[in-house]
Amino acid sequence: MKTLSHRIYDWADERLHLQELVTFMEKKSVPRHRGSIWYYFGGVTLFLFIIQIVTGILLLLYYKGGEQLAFESIQFIMSKVAFGWLIRSIHSWAANLFILSALVHMFSVFFERAYRKPRELTWLSGMMMLFIGFGFGFSGYLLPWNELAFFATKVGTDIAGIIPVVGKPIMVFLRGGDDVTGATLTRFFGFHVAVFPGLFTILLTIHLIFVQRQGMSEPARFEETAPKERTTMPFFPNFMLRDLLLWLIVLNVLAILAVFFPWELGVKADPFASAPAGIRPEWYFLFMFQTLKYLPASLGVIDGEVFGILVFAIGGLLWLLVPFWDRSTVRGRRSRMITYVGLAVIAYIIVFTILGWTT
Amino acid sequence: MNNPETAGFTGAPSPGKRDFLRYILLGGLAAWAASVLYPILAYLKPPKQGEVEVSSVKAGKLSDLAKDSGTIVRFGNRPVILVRLEDGTVRAFSATCTHLDCTVQYRKDMGTIWCACHNGKYDLTGRNISGPPPRPLEPYRVVIQGEEVFISRNA
Repeated sequence: MKTLSHRIYDWADERLHLQELVTFMEKKSVPRHRGSIWYYFGGVTLFLFIIQIVTGILLLLYYKGGEQLAFESIQFIMSKVAFGWLIRSIHSWAANLFILSALVHMFSVFFERAYRKPRELTWLSGMMMLFIGFGFGFSGYLLPWNELAFFATKVGTDIAGIIPVVGKPIMVFLRGGDDVTGATLTRFFGFHVAVFPGLFTILLTIHLIFVQRQGMSEPARFEETAPKERTTMPFFPNFMLRDLLLWLIVLNVLAILAVFFPWELGVKADPFASAPAGIRPEWYFLFMFQTLKYLPASLGVIDGEVFGILVFAIGGLLWLLVPFWDRSTVRGRRSRMITYVGLAVIAYIIVFTILGWTT
Repeated sequence: MNNPETAGFTGAPSPGKRDFLRYILLGGLAAWAASVLYPILAYLKPPKQGEVEVSSVKAGKLSDLAKDSGTIVRFGNRPVILVRLEDGTVRAFSATCTHLDCTVQYRKDMGTIWCACHNGKYDLTGRNISGPPPRPLEPYRVVIQGEEVFISRNA
């Protein structure tokens, strides 16, 4: 006599051929080496994304868009709605941890050269998700319509306007007009809750399918070790249980942060007030913000800010295309240059972030 | 002619006819794509709002503006900074920083007009003197009639 769960499984298996999936799961394994810890950060990023979807939908139940309503509706969520303060605080904290975790994931992939053939497209889809992640952060920052966000959005969209020829139309498109107004808030809301989640979900699906098709990337040093010494761990259940344990830890950290360091709402935006002293963007834009502060008004033929933005744009593009220009890793040699470039970028980001934070 | 594609057809299309059909089909496809995309792209561009053209505004009373202080006033849709110097003269400039669009403020301690966003500084004639701003602030004309301060665009 079969148990009920077996009968349900058999019923589904007959129609959907589940056995193939089970065999696939059983065969999937994770290499064990001293860099194995980095395999967890993709999963943590995914978990934080799921938290954003859930808390985001909860916030949508009470959030009201518009210049006259947005700030007040968040005030209402935080002061009147049961556990509204918690949901909003978790959404803000998880957004920041999401970016942090995605950055750790990205840098670990970079230093392990996991982007090399055949995983170029996995890297590209991941980088695109990171860019959308920044878009999520930038658009979500404006939604409470507070003073800091108002000026951050003015600066951020004005930067888009600097790009020669196409910049101005892009800026007007982003702002929904020549200035940052309620029209901008409406557009950003649309990007934040519809456009970005849609695009992100498509990319995430592609990214995960690639990872499943190709298996976990193995560092070159792992491939070089004798086959006998190469050990792996079954994905199911060993790795997955470790994944879940880590997710639980992340959830606890998130709860502690959200409860003991609740996210501020700030002062309502006033388009006819001066930008307040101490204004700064979210921490992950801080290094670029600080660079713009140091650049002089003019560098010969080119405006300082245009130069800065151009350098960041070219740098970002080179970073995005690293699987295609890093020829030595493809040939099986370990390029020191890549390591130095990565370390220099990290050092630059850390130094300028600290400068931006303290000055 | 033993072309397998056309074998058996009595009226096999000539290359000219085939190309003609291809152009018609591709052209039709392009026209269709354009007729779908154009309205969408045009929709993305926000319509010009009928902005009230302001030539002059009453900015407030002179007595409300202490010496050595500054304030932001509305000039149509734009912010304008009104600065009263220590000698009592009143000056007005566009309050929009020429660097990246933030709104500037008067800093008593520095004796300058200052932008908090990227630490840009302008002197009290609106000239960009330090930091990233590439251009001076646009000046406005100030007229004082009795107690009232009026500002208007420089012609």
